[in-house]
Amino acid sequence: MNKTEKKHEVTQNACKLCTPLGACLALKGIKGAITLLHGSQGCSTYIRRYMISHFREPIDIASSNFSEDTAIFGGNSNLKTALTNIIKQYNPEVIGIPTTCLSETIGDDVNMIIKEYISENEDENLPEFITVSTPSYKGTHIDGFHETVRSVVSAVSGHPGEKSVNNSRINIFPGMVSAEDIRHLKEIISDFGLDYIMLPDYSETLDGQLWTDYKNIPEGGTSIDKIREMDSSAASVEFGKSLDGTESASRILSERSAVNTFNTGLPIGINETDKFMNILSEISGRGIPEKYLSERGRLIDAYADAHKYIFGVKAALYGEEDLVIGLASFLSEIGIIPVLCASGGNSGRFSEILFKAVPDLSPDETSVYSDADFSDIEEQIKFLKPDLIIGNSKGYSISRSTDIPLIRTGFPIHDRIGGQRILHLGYRGAQQLFDKAVNSVIEKRQDSSPVGYSYM
Amino acid sequence: MIKVLEERKNQIYTKGKDTFDFACDKHSVAGSVSQRACVFCGSRVVLYPIADALHIVHGPVGCAAYTWDIRGSLSSGPELHRLSFSTDLRENDIVFGGEKKLYSILNELIDKYKPKGVFVYATCIIGIIGDDIDAVCRKLEKEKNIPVLSVHSEGFKGTKKDGYRAACDALLKLIGTGSTDNISRFSINILGEFNLAGEAWMIKEYYRKIGIEVVSVMTGDGRIEDIKKAHGASLNVVQCSGSMTGLAKSMKEKYGIPYIRVSYFGIEDMSKALYDVADHFSDNPEILKKAKDLVTNELSSLLPVLQKYRKTLSGKKAAIYVGGAFKAFSLIRALKIVGIDVCVAGSQTGTKDDYALLKDMCDEGTVILDDSNPLELSKYVLEKNIDLFIGGVKERPLAYKLGIGFCDHNHERKISLAGYEGMLNFIREVHASIMSPVWKFAPRNSASRGNTSSDAIQTSKCAGADCSPEACSSCGKF
Repeated sequence: MNKTEKKHEVTQNACKLCTPLGACLALKGIKGAITLLHGSQGCSTYIRRYMISHFREPIDIASSNFSEDTAIFGGNSNLKTALTNIIKQYNPEVIGIPTTCLSETIGDDVNMIIKEYISENEDENLPEFITVSTPSYKGTHIDGFHETVRSVVSAVSGHPGEKSVNNSRINIFPGMVSAEDIRHLKEIISDFGLDYIMLPDYSETLDGQLWTDYKNIPEGGTSIDKIREMDSSAASVEFGKSLDGTESASRILSERSAVNTFNTGLPIGINETDKFMNILSEISGRGIPEKYLSERGRLIDAYADAHKYIFGVKAALYGEEDLVIGLASFLSEIGIIPVLCASGGNSGRFSEILFKAVPDLSPDETSVYSDADFSDIEEQIKFLKPDLIIGNSKGYSISRSTDIPLIRTGFPIHDRIGGQRILHLGYRGAQQLFDKAVNSVIEKRQDSSPVGYSYM
Repeated sequence: MIKVLEERKNQIYTKGKDTFDFACDKHSVAGSVSQRACVFCGSRVVLYPIADALHIVHGPVGCAAYTWDIRGSLSSGPELHRLSFSTDLRENDIVFGGEKKLYSILNELIDKYKPKGVFVYATCIIGIIGDDIDAVCRKLEKEKNIPVLSVHSEGFKGTKKDGYRAACDALLKLIGTGSTDNISRFSINILGEFNLAGEAWMIKEYYRKIGIEVVSVMTGDGRIEDIKKAHGASLNVVQCSGSMTGLAKSMKEKYGIPYIRVSYFGIEDMSKALYDVADHFSDNPEILKKAKDLVTNELSSLLPVLQKYRKTLSGKKAAIYVGGAFKAFSLIRALKIVGIDVCVAGSQTGTKDDYALLKDMCDEGTVILDDSNPLELSKYVLEKNIDLFIGGVKERPLAYKLGIGFCDHNHERKISLAGYEGMLNFIREVHASIMSPVWKFAPRNSASRGNTSSDAIQTSKCAGADCSPEACSSCGKF
């Protein structure tokens, strides 16, 4: 059993969120942007509440607020009213407008409505409008996330001739990572002497400081003007093997403006981080900075110190496909067997990409499960009996019922403080994940030992 | 400077400043960031605590995912309500319809979980693609011999209140189908109590102590069988006015059961909730006597403790923004006991009568808001320079960003705030929220003390073009 198909029609305890949530998250990474969901009030409020419980930051998402009339006659006038009201209240630089199942199904042509709105208000100083098609019956939150990044780049790129190539600057598409991950990536890239345009960058908007006065739109994010310059960057670095070969943002830049693309896995663990470091080294023409060589060295030292505790330990992983692939790669290099790799998403290529990206994995030892929900995952965990569960906080009920420790990673973390500050990436992120994994195993053994050793 | 939208100006009122011509009960303004949810949310929160029912959300996955295990409603037995079931409609289902999928899923789930009843929630898209969920429910009800109830909660068909109504319609279909044998004459239903952190258990225990039988709680720790026989109670006691008054009215019409409105928050309201029930059964003076004993007993231990808190909390200022206005009344009274004034008060779904009463309860200068949004709330919170914000998850970061203490009084909380025990918990939390030393570091507070955060720590000075990484952490260049 290495590849399991969905057995039930029902989704019980979903291991995914709807497409518009991913769009809302990605749009938080654009400077001066506010999101307007074109649909019912509930979509905005639920997504706000869900994201706030993880990030613990104010997250304003407006709604075009469909009523019965809107559903029958179309969302044209509601959308325009909403735009006017948002501009009045928030004075944004950008308004991102993802759709919902409702507006998609009634067939609203959002691009046309926006065009009309612009021509009706041509005397006004209007913000940039970014429309994204995110019907919630198609794909999951991660698709909404990538689709938004793609839509932003598609909307503003395509003018390569106007600027000369900046050889010391890269575009970076980190994918759906934590605020701390984004900060660390910036640090790494800067240490290679490179400038960067990060999309999205919600490291400040979703993990900011206290304020003196209320800020309509939190500070931080990458400006649209910066994103416009992506055409003239030296290269694009895109994380996520699932994006390779798809119509992604970096592909658009490569097709329109011949920006060289480096697609690589999320840099989790030594192997994948090495690849990322080598890419930066190649682009910058510099060696890997000493700081990272010593971080890498310390990490290997820790691997040596703790290898005995974790060799042959079994782990169950779940989350977005690329995160699971990254974690699986990390675990396989420290001797932990990922016996279950599950995702609520379904790119159709999960298993293929996983085994290609992590050649040490064997289909005999690792079950891959696409389109999984937490009832499937629970069933698999009860069957496979792993020693560790690694994923977001929604697996807690399984961890509790099976008494298997849960290592919290990814999104959402609703039952702990600091989900936005979990570091997954780079040698430093691997060090933190490693310590957590090893200590979880040790703690379990210590707690269940009749002796209760004070040395391990 | 925060601008209030023209369309919203008559949903904001300052006591003593404006004439009271308050608008409410309106659809939210498009493009304002309303703190409200939708019709589905209204239905889902009301029915959620029914623990032996299977709740399935018919639509794409989001609506079910966002409401999985969302309330802190406890169950003393089955916990089926804590599972999230979705038909997870995909593109094909949208094109060809989702009825068959709904039927086939429920057919399987009912056999697997053997629930005592099923609630099928319609989401936005069902209203558009036209699935006949009533027909599916009728068919399954016959085949499985359990109540299978449709809840017409399409998100766009009104506001959260319409969702309450749809939920109450479903409850009304259940009520009257069970046996009322052996129900005491001195019996009540509790409506609008959701057993957050076990509050319903505590309240039931109070009523038991004074000789009152609680036939059903709707819907905290709810059971289908209890709801079916709810028409056998002599009195309906309605808490959380927004969600359940409609049901109480319908039950009065249909079964002649009178109702009273109560609140279990704060010692005055809690005591009144016991006395009012005792008054209703005045032909049994024993009940009133027992109620008096209970209240005296509880207060004798509680009041001295509250007095201690009053010493530090007196004179502090609070803002309240909650779902239903009735809760705001209780909170204002409860805070008064420890000397805290409410300067901003609002709700998502209050009625005209609610706001008139709210106005009468508040002091001059208090701002009253209906269906507000983050920008307005922050504007008034800052203007009034409040020390404590009471609201739900969406308001929490707003308060924290401004360095203001916050208490969660929403359905996600895990601490009981109802009853006498809850009053103490509540004041303890208020105290911890306001008095925490961390607020001294908040820039707004240190600025008002004339000590800006940059005075408190030595920040390195940026030398502009010549700055170096060793010297500078402020210019962003390094």
